[in-house]
Amino acid sequence: MCLAIPGKIIDIDKNREHAIVDYGDGTKRKANITLVDVKIGDYVLVHAGFAIEILNEKEAQETLDLFKEMLSSEEEG
Amino acid sequence: MISSKKCCPVRRRAKLFSLKDKQLAGRIISKIKKIDVNLRFMHVCGTHQDTLVKNGLDVLLRECGIEIGQGPGCPVCVTTPREIEEMLLLARAGKTVTTFGDMMKVPGEKESLSSMKTEGYDVRTVYGIEDAVTIAEKNRDKNVVFMAVGFETTAPTTAAVMLKNPPSNFSILSCHRTIPNALKAILDMGELKIDGLIEPGHVSTIIGTKPYEFISKEYHVPQVVAGFEPIDVLMGAWMLVKQIRKGEPFIQNEYTRVVHRDGNAKAQQVINEVFEPEDKKWRGFPVIPKSGLILRKKFEDYDAHKIYEDELGEIKDREFSEPKGCRCGELLRGLIAPQDCVLFGKKCTPDNPIGPCMVSIEGSCNIEYHYLEK
Repeated sequence: MCLAIPGKIIDIDKNREHAIVDYGDGTKRKANITLVDVKIGDYVLVHAGFAIEILNEKEAQETLDLFKEMLSSEEEG
Repeated sequence: MISSKKCCPVRRRAKLFSLKDKQLAGRIISKIKKIDVNLRFMHVCGTHQDTLVKNGLDVLLRECGIEIGQGPGCPVCVTTPREIEEMLLLARAGKTVTTFGDMMKVPGEKESLSSMKTEGYDVRTVYGIEDAVTIAEKNRDKNVVFMAVGFETTAPTTAAVMLKNPPSNFSILSCHRTIPNALKAILDMGELKIDGLIEPGHVSTIIGTKPYEFISKEYHVPQVVAGFEPIDVLMGAWMLVKQIRKGEPFIQNEYTRVVHRDGNAKAQQVINEVFEPEDKKWRGFPVIPKSGLILRKKFEDYDAHKIYEDELGEIKDREFSEPKGCRCGELLRGLIAPQDCVLFGKKCTPDNPIGPCMVSIEGSCNIEYHYLEK
């Protein structure tokens, strides 16, 4: 139940309570955005119809590099 | 749902967050293999269990000397028999009962919400609390109760709705529970040697890493918040091994692309505004201090426990026990694996579940059964 799925905000309604999230698999669905400060184009993690966090693209890209670096430094050390 | 035939940059980007790299996974495994360890780790999330079993990582890690199993990390599973009976009673009393699909088939003493639905009672599955509010708005003549199950990941969704003045025919039965004090309870009980804890990524998205700090300080247990891809879980195990070797336990964050030390402040604020902590019983556990969330007094008009006090009074003094032969309690305390239960896969299957761990997609029995070679 703590499953949360990443998607992209493609539209935000006028009262800024809900947004349309594109999950990239052909699914677009309304999500409540009152728990996060988002703008169109942001990637969010959605759980039970609510966006619960903004995903940081830069951090996502860096994660793998960081892991590789950690493993390499271990080999050297 | 809107379907679109085109699919492209969004899909590729979304994949970026899913972190798949087989070569890297192999490197982590070979590193762990080189070290001679005999360790036992616990995680508290059904999605971690799914990643472990689906990808055979539990077996792989066992070969490396690491036993890794699920604790009380399944909100539906830790919901008590009393809470189930309360919902069944409210459905029988003519309320419209709404809840997540995972809750439907959890057996009560004689019935489940699913069997009551078949009998014609008004029980409805919802994707989230907003769907339950919509049902209340469209059916003003019905009293709609939402069984609010879930950890810190789900609690802010309930809280956010409470702050938006839902209709007066809507109420919730709060079964929300919080993780850190449950971990403390497990360590205090001392039934199991736990060398490290893998903390749930999406609970931590909300609460951050700070609420776990006391565990490493007071119990000297290493902890890693991990994501849900195979690499995340492997990396989490590797980070725990490294901490143990160094002898300096702390709460480490593997899931940095989502989780931050302070968590989601806005979500925490709505939880605190709407709920206060309460001592709560978990299935398989005694009452755990401050491990539940109860609506604050100003929201008591939405509290099904208060509104339906008379109806629920009928079972107030009754004791409810676990289903006969069911070992979900021991499973949730990390003491046994699904196969240790004689009912597993025989008398107890997803089609005919005896206990909640076979019902919920976050329950270890359900997960084990799902990926079992049949």
